[in-house]
Amino acid sequence: MTDDHQLRVSKIQNGTVIDHVEAGQALNVLAILGIDGTSGETVSVGMNVPSDRLGRKDIVKVEGRELSQSEVDVLSLIAPAASINIVRDYEVVEKSRVVRPETVSGVVSCPNRNCISNADEPITSGFAVLSDGVRCDYCGSIVREKEIAANLDVS
Amino acid sequence: MRQDHLISAVDLSREDIEAVLDRAAEIDANPAAFRQRHAGTVLGLCFFEPSTRTRMSFDTAMKRLGGQTVDMGPVESSSVKKGETLADTVRVVEGYADALVLRHPSEGAATMAAEFIDVPLVNAGDGAGQHPSQTLLDLYTIRENAGLDDLTIGIMGDLKYGRTVHSLAEALTNFDVNQHFISPESLQLPRNVRYDLHASGASVKEHTELDEVLPELDVLYVTRIQRERFPDENEYLKVAGEYKIDDETLAAASDDLVIMHPLPRVDEIAPEIDDSDHAKYFEQAHNGIPVRMALLDILLSNDD
Repeated sequence: MTDDHQLRVSKIQNGTVIDHVEAGQALNVLAILGIDGTSGETVSVGMNVPSDRLGRKDIVKVEGRELSQSEVDVLSLIAPAASINIVRDYEVVEKSRVVRPETVSGVVSCPNRNCISNADEPITSGFAVLSDGVRCDYCGSIVREKEIAANLDVS
Repeated sequence: MRQDHLISAVDLSREDIEAVLDRAAEIDANPAAFRQRHAGTVLGLCFFEPSTRTRMSFDTAMKRLGGQTVDMGPVESSSVKKGETLADTVRVVEGYADALVLRHPSEGAATMAAEFIDVPLVNAGDGAGQHPSQTLLDLYTIRENAGLDDLTIGIMGDLKYGRTVHSLAEALTNFDVNQHFISPESLQLPRNVRYDLHASGASVKEHTELDEVLPELDVLYVTRIQRERFPDENEYLKVAGEYKIDDETLAAASDDLVIMHPLPRVDEIAPEIDDSDHAKYFEQAHNGIPVRMALLDILLSNDD
């Protein structure tokens, strides 16, 4: 194997590598992080990369960005096998698996447009985590896991 | 009651429900004993949506306990019109009253409002969400007329958007009740109510035709199918016509069938039923007074 035949994605200097993302979920991971290419971060995305653990996986590298706890919480719902690597000065200084939280706050917005959490009130959306989705703390609407990506509040 | 507020029927245990119903029965038996029970207490009425029965019955209930009410009045003439948030409105009214009753067009409004205030709050309807004080008077009416255990009930009409249905179905899971849900497919129970029913071990038996279950029902709870839920007028007329009760419909029903309706009705129950022994919907509406007196009495006593 030579360099000519291998895709090389350069290491990041400072930021986050989200590895072992379920294949097909990379773009949703970017959506959770609010990355749409307009804000200037350097982002590398690998899709359907061969993986011992998952068969195929996606991988996302974001330069200059460390994830907040609420972002990691929501990430865990769509990518339960993901690992988060925090990189500083080219070295992985912190490596952790995502843990499914009991609640998530912010990041996801309630799909019920008539929910008070979508009105102009001084509150943050909140959800209880169920076995197959999340449930709005306010109106009780249930968002299935596969619907979460469509309800990300990335403003 | 374990909680300081009444937000959702899901929060009600059998013990909570029985405490309110037993207190309501005491009030019914001897209203004079409660006449000065809450003298000096002020109840704040915040109705962001039109209401006749609920607003008037809470107003009456507080006054019959010796207290007074302050009413926000219609939204059109309030500071809400100036863009005030609900969170601010309830924090202001909290300073004027010892307890609040809130009706609001958004689901989850009462849950949110309760986060901002310390006085007891009663959810008097939040959009298509919950209406738990209606449920307490529904349960009182059922207990008086048919008993609350070993009961088969049919709940019919707009099950998707009907907040009285959501609260009633969830509260009934505390009792030995067999629940049947009768509606057009487009107005079946929403996902979150099904989730709660399943979580409490209740089975959801759904029907599109009333005659499939009518003979076995002890109670038939009828709700209005709202015209505005249908984009197509013809579709509405077709559907609404199939869920109407008249003498002919009831030929197959048990003689003891109790018919209830949270009111207002339009034409889903024919007036000819009103004088029959089946009709309990006006009694049900009247029960709003002792039941809401009992609820306020318990919530206000919790606060002491």
